Amino acid sequence: MANKEIVLEAKGITKKFPGVLANDEVDFDLYRGEIHALLGENGAGKSTLMNVLYGLYKPDSGEVKVEGNLMQLDSPRDAIHHGVGMVHQHFMLIPVFTVTENIMLGAETDHRAKPNEMPLVKLDRKEVAQKVAALSHQYGLDVDPEATVGNLPVGLQQRVEIVKALYRNAKILILDEPTAVLTPQEAEDLFRIMHELTDKGVSIIFITHKLKEVLKVADRITVMRAGRVVGTATPKESTEQSLAEMMVGREVILTVQKKPAQPTDVVLEVNDLRVKDVRGLESVRGVSFEVRAGEVLGIAGVQGNGQTELAEALTGLRHIESGHFTLSGRDLTGRPPRPITETGLAHIPEDRQRHGLVLSYSVADNMVLCDYYQPRFSRGIVIQQNQVDANAQKLIKEYDVRTPSAFVSAGKLSGGNQQKVIVARELSRPVKLVIASQPTRGLDVGSIEYIHKQIIAMRDRGVAVLLISAELDEIMSLSDRIAVMYRGEIVATVDRKDATREQLGLWMAGAHETASSPA
Amino acid sequence: MQVDTTSKSPSQGILRSALDAILIPFLAILTAVILGGIIIAVVRGNPFLAYYGLIQGSFGSAKALSETAVWATPYIFAGLAVALAFKGGLFNIGAEGQLALGAVFSALIGYALPEWLGRDIPLIIHLPLTIIIGMAAGAFWAAIVGFLKAYTGGHEVINTIMMNYIALNTISYLLNGPMKDRDPNNVIARTPLIADSARMPAIFEGFRIHWGFVLALLIALLVWWILNKTTLGFEIRTVGSNPDAAKYAGINVKRTIIITMTLSGMLAGMAGALEVTGLNFRHELGFSIGYGFDAIAIALLGKSHPLGVVLASILFAAMRNGATRMQFLTQLPVDLISVLQALILLFVAADAIIRYIYRIKSKGERVVLTRGWGG
Repeated sequence: MANKEIVLEAKGITKKFPGVLANDEVDFDLYRGEIHALLGENGAGKSTLMNVLYGLYKPDSGEVKVEGNLMQLDSPRDAIHHGVGMVHQHFMLIPVFTVTENIMLGAETDHRAKPNEMPLVKLDRKEVAQKVAALSHQYGLDVDPEATVGNLPVGLQQRVEIVKALYRNAKILILDEPTAVLTPQEAEDLFRIMHELTDKGVSIIFITHKLKEVLKVADRITVMRAGRVVGTATPKESTEQSLAEMMVGREVILTVQKKPAQPTDVVLEVNDLRVKDVRGLESVRGVSFEVRAGEVLGIAGVQGNGQTELAEALTGLRHIESGHFTLSGRDLTGRPPRPITETGLAHIPEDRQRHGLVLSYSVADNMVLCDYYQPRFSRGIVIQQNQVDANAQKLIKEYDVRTPSAFVSAGKLSGGNQQKVIVARELSRPVKLVIASQPTRGLDVGSIEYIHKQIIAMRDRGVAVLLISAELDEIMSLSDRIAVMYRGEIVATVDRKDATREQLGLWMAGAHETASSPA
Repeated sequence: MQVDTTSKSPSQGILRSALDAILIPFLAILTAVILGGIIIAVVRGNPFLAYYGLIQGSFGSAKALSETAVWATPYIFAGLAVALAFKGGLFNIGAEGQLALGAVFSALIGYALPEWLGRDIPLIIHLPLTIIIGMAAGAFWAAIVGFLKAYTGGHEVINTIMMNYIALNTISYLLNGPMKDRDPNNVIARTPLIADSARMPAIFEGFRIHWGFVLALLIALLVWWILNKTTLGFEIRTVGSNPDAAKYAGINVKRTIIITMTLSGMLAGMAGALEVTGLNFRHELGFSIGYGFDAIAIALLGKSHPLGVVLASILFAAMRNGATRMQFLTQLPVDLISVLQALILLFVAADAIIRYIYRIKSKGERVVLTRGWGG
């Protein structure tokens, strides 16, 4: 942070959506050459604020100034014109195009054309490629202009997005949850690049919910909660604990309290499992492991390395090509979900709105989604609605689901409470195995804390837990053993006590040769 | 935080949801009636006289009421058929073909079975059998589409349309050929009259209203009960609302799709069977044209709720039935009714217009009519 020259200033931004005040008189400023982290839970209003700055939403009131000039924000085009660039969480790249073509896209200018003339643009790939190479070199981005984007690893694709913004002369970069898809090593590289950018005068707004990262790279931290700015701090005067409390508005316990595990019998045994993904490519390639009663096996890995398909195969949702698995000694390979559930599986699915809930159904109906036909809810073919409702009343209390009543549709609940409905339904059954896929993705700190406690409670009750998560912190704090998945294989399995973030990160990035598996 | 989980009783919830459900259709009808009145005025008719005629012709006398019920009967069955499929996430455009097949097979059993057996059959056996065969024909025809959807991903919209062509053209052949009324004076493509033992008794002597109407109301109640109170209904609705969650919940999605289509076809087939056994006592080519397609409109207007379907059916029946009286009083063409129906549907389907006109906030829940290919 060289000086305190303000490059971007948002004042009194207010944005209402039907029933929600997404931004309430938000003030935000950005100095030249700083990394300003914007921290907050889902629904705190971070994305709304950024969409206002990027011209996607028009605020109800408030103004934005860039380098002292009032910005008329009607579309991203205006934002780009003012030197604001954004790297979205989900990349806006065309996989079959080269890096150069992707960067030209939407900016196919022809310098020879006269202004206001509708030119038949000649795509000057060579010139753009040179400029891309120059930018890449200047900021240490190491991007090959001729590479096809689809062949690049995620970390590099992200850099292409950064180059794309720089190519459009961005002086202010908004990075929306940039580390969500990266391995710890890739994240380190990103932080290095961010510093290189700020050294050369680019200013960065860094949106995240990961406290560790914020403390590491940010120059200033602004915390948002419920549509308002709670405060701005520097990393020096903050701790993870203090930031978490600012985000949530109350004291939170970040570390999961747990006793040592006491594993007993093998509950889940997976043997040389092979599964194909939706595109027909083998995405689980010969995976074997076992989970014992009373332990948590965490499967770490960057998203898209076969974890989703593994979970779907073990829960009967996806066809198994070869290999087999047993639950409590019963071979359930190739069986549909119901017999697996009845053998004692609780499944907290990765995509809660797609698999876990029927959003138009009431909370009560969702709480019997897997059990509606069981004798306790149905007499013959007739569903006993009073039993269903009583069950809901009980679970709502027991699992602290914040809902106006058991009869509102699940779609009206917040993400955290939707997840609690699923957790309540799945964990209240007599189960032997819990498969939890990304159980806290996108949830607020309070809900995360609660769900973590429930998972450990299940373990302590002698249930086997298979935890699949892309959040390394979650894996580290809940697991008793950790297996790392990379490109459809388990490349290493370690005891929690022998695991380090660095080593796990290397395995997650595919460092096979160092994988000496002690377990 | 203390959460009050008893703040809203379910009965209040049901009342509220019922009110929400009928609000848009009611306003759509109201708007269509006003707009229809303007159209009548533009063509130099008297809208008040026209609507008076419409109401008088449909509800103004015992005969008018009876005829409205006669029109409403196949509408209710076919409307329930389409609505049930909607609940299961399927768009059954094939009610027309299923209905016609139901009618033909009912007629066949109705006139030919005594001949085949060479003796009279008691009504208590012959009549139910005639209806059941009609239902089975419709069910079978729709089940094929359900099977194709479940096991090959073939889209039910395309397949029901194709099955309509096959059914209607086959029926045309049958009515002109092997099943044609053998009366030497007959030039019409129609079956012979069915035996007395296959005919439904009249409710009131001298009126055409038949027991099929009462049956329709009972079946509507039964469909509501199945959908909302049974495990099968839970499965159908879950598959219809979120097939991924249904699979996750252990529901056999393929089987449920086939069952849904079969039940839907069965209801459509019943519509045809009751037209034959209760009203016409034979099947005639072109007689049922349009019931199966109007049924889609009725299911939409009734928001796929069995009670809504009954009300929408009665509305459509009244408009069809009262049209003649309206024409007599005002010399306006009967086709005006089609315009009115189209307007109602337009406003129900594009309910954003109604929400805009009457400033109603969207609930954010959408009716899923059908899903993409292979969905």
